[in-house]
Amino acid sequence: MKILVPVKRVVDYNVKVRVKVDGTGVETAGVKMSMNPFDEIAVEEAVRLKEKGVATEIVAVSMGITACQETIRTALAMGADRGILVETDVELQPLAVAKLLKALVDKEAPGLVIMGKQAIDDDMNATGQMLAALLGWPQGTFASKLTIDGTTASVTREVDGGLETVALALPAVVTADLRLNEPRYASLPNIMKARKKSIETIKPADLGVDPAPRLTLVSVAEPAKRKAGVRVASVAELVAKLRTEAKVI
Amino acid sequence: MTALVLLEFDAAGIKQPSRSAVAAAAKLGEVHALVAGEGVAAAAAAAAKLPGVTKVLVADAPALAHALAEPMASLLVALAPAYSHLFAAATAVGKNVLPRVAALLDVQPVSDIAGVVDADQFVRPIYAGNALATVKSADAKKVITVRAASFDPVAAEGGSAAIENVAVAVADAGSRFVGAELSKSERPELTAARVVISGGRGMQAGENFRLLEPIADKLGAAVGASRAAVDAGFVPNDYQVGQTGKIVAPELYVAVGISGAIQHLAGMKDSKVIVAINKDEEAPIFQVADYGLVADLFTALPELAAELGKG
Ligand SMILES: Cc1cc2nc3c(=O)[nH]c(=O)nc-3n(C[C@H](O)[C@H](O)[C@H](O)COP(=O)(O)OP(=O)(O)OC[C@H]3O[C@@H](n4cnc5c(N)ncnc54)[C@H](O)[C@@H]3O)c2cc1C
Ligand SMILES: Nc1ncnc2c1ncn2[C@@H]1O[C@H](COP(=O)(O)O)[C@@H](O)[C@H]1O
Repeated sequence: MKILVPVKRVVDYNVKVRVKVDGTGVETAGVKMSMNPFDEIAVEEAVRLKEKGVATEIVAVSMGITACQETIRTALAMGADRGILVETDVELQPLAVAKLLKALVDKEAPGLVIMGKQAIDDDMNATGQMLAALLGWPQGTFASKLTIDGTTASVTREVDGGLETVALALPAVVTADLRLNEPRYASLPNIMKARKKSIETIKPADLGVDPAPRLTLVSVAEPAKRKAGVRVASVAELVAKLRTEAKVI
Repeated sequence: MTALVLLEFDAAGIKQPSRSAVAAAAKLGEVHALVAGEGVAAAAAAAAKLPGVTKVLVADAPALAHALAEPMASLLVALAPAYSHLFAAATAVGKNVLPRVAALLDVQPVSDIAGVVDADQFVRPIYAGNALATVKSADAKKVITVRAASFDPVAAEGGSAAIENVAVAVADAGSRFVGAELSKSERPELTAARVVISGGRGMQAGENFRLLEPIADKLGAAVGASRAAVDAGFVPNDYQVGQTGKIVAPELYVAVGISGAIQHLAGMKDSKVIVAINKDEEAPIFQVADYGLVADLFTALPELAAELGKG
């Protein structure tokens, strides 16, 4: 079974992003970029399925500017077999990404797509569900456990009340939550090997998709800042302040 | 312009996040509500009492019993032509179902909104809440999930909407519910609680979360956790507060043994009053805390329980 893993290049999770003074976006110049952490988990899961003999080939896909190649290289160093870059300068929103992925799935015919549940830049949490819809495939979102048994995927999902398990007829889309696994660090030899793996570059037009965004950014504002309050010296002082000053207990 | 809001419910009635979604939808005009599931007569009656809801659509079918995304999405798509906006709370169910609906309608969804500007423009947090984006949708129909913590819920009672049954023919879409393992708790739900007390990696072990219990009892609080505490197996996943967990905005949030990473702050920094208990006086959580106590939690928590007992 072939597995397709979409990987997004995002501002590193350790960076505290700043809103541009003119309110047109956030400052990304000179900021450290990395693979979306949930996508690392997705790649790891695919690699483990290959190590178990369930998967035969892993294709990593990233969409966006040329630099997204780096993100694909990271996936290749973790164990993906080859990469596809869908190159465009257009800002891609989940609907466009889902359409582009659908076109790639039609070409590549994977048995499973594993992706992140959420990109930590746009915080949309939408693309996997949308891809599943466009393909008419079942979806297993927010996965904390995945087992493949013949033609069925069993997915344990993190839901508001705890955990839920669903059985999906393959092919299916699975989105990774934090507890699915702990992604490996790529070893130096594997990073070297990844340089020899192929990355194919195509354009949205080659896939017959119009990637134009449907949402326009009107403005970006800084959220209200919280001020650090006071230090209390004891538990008794804390409780007294909560009772008489804050009046919340 | 009429909005349809997908409701979630349990034996106690319509869930609070869904009532917040109704409040968000009501800013635009008329609101209809959808109750979908199996054996949902009581929930439909509860929905009819929500102030601001003028009609309740009821879809009662075995295929809808577990709110699986595939049948729920085909139901919503079938109902969509009559509505300008489709709403749900940004809960596990809403986040699972609505993007699927949006794709089937060729719409770019607007996820996790924290504000309604007008029928086309919405405010949503991005980058773990470090920025608030105002976005304008060019789609004819809007598909929206609502950050419940940002909208005061409508009351549970007061309205009297008409109830209408809708017939559903849901095709098999390849998914099957196998089972659920839900956390049992007598406490209020995290996203609905007036007070939340959360433990982090500093708690050191799952059994130490018991130290939070007497305090939570006295304050009527829900218990939450940081990702690190969940990853370490101290508490179940549904305790996680943060960018990629639950978003809470209670009157009082008490963070115990939590450093205050951006991803955690994203889930609680809109709380009215924040208390931090941490032994490291440099911990970033103190930068957002109204009241900071530099102390070892293992001495502070028993003291806090005792002090509240004096009340
Ligand atoms: C993609 C992604 C998503 C994430 N999503 C979330 C999320 O939704 N929610 C979330 O919380 N995190 C999330 N994180 C993780 C986040 O970055 C932090 O790693 C996490 O919040 C740290 O948890 P913590 O504060 O409990 O642990 P630590 O950072 O280890 O802090 C423990 C604190 O406990 C204090 N402490 C230790 N012992 C004691 C004691 N005896 N008494 C008092 N204080 C003590 C220490 O001083 C320290 O400040 C995410 C990370 C990534 C990459
Ligand atoms: N530009 C992109 N390139 C590759 N994968 C993407 C891209 N955008 C989104 N994805 C995938 O979709 C997931 C969810 O993203 P989102 O719906 O934007 O939160 C991510 O974790 C990725 O797996």
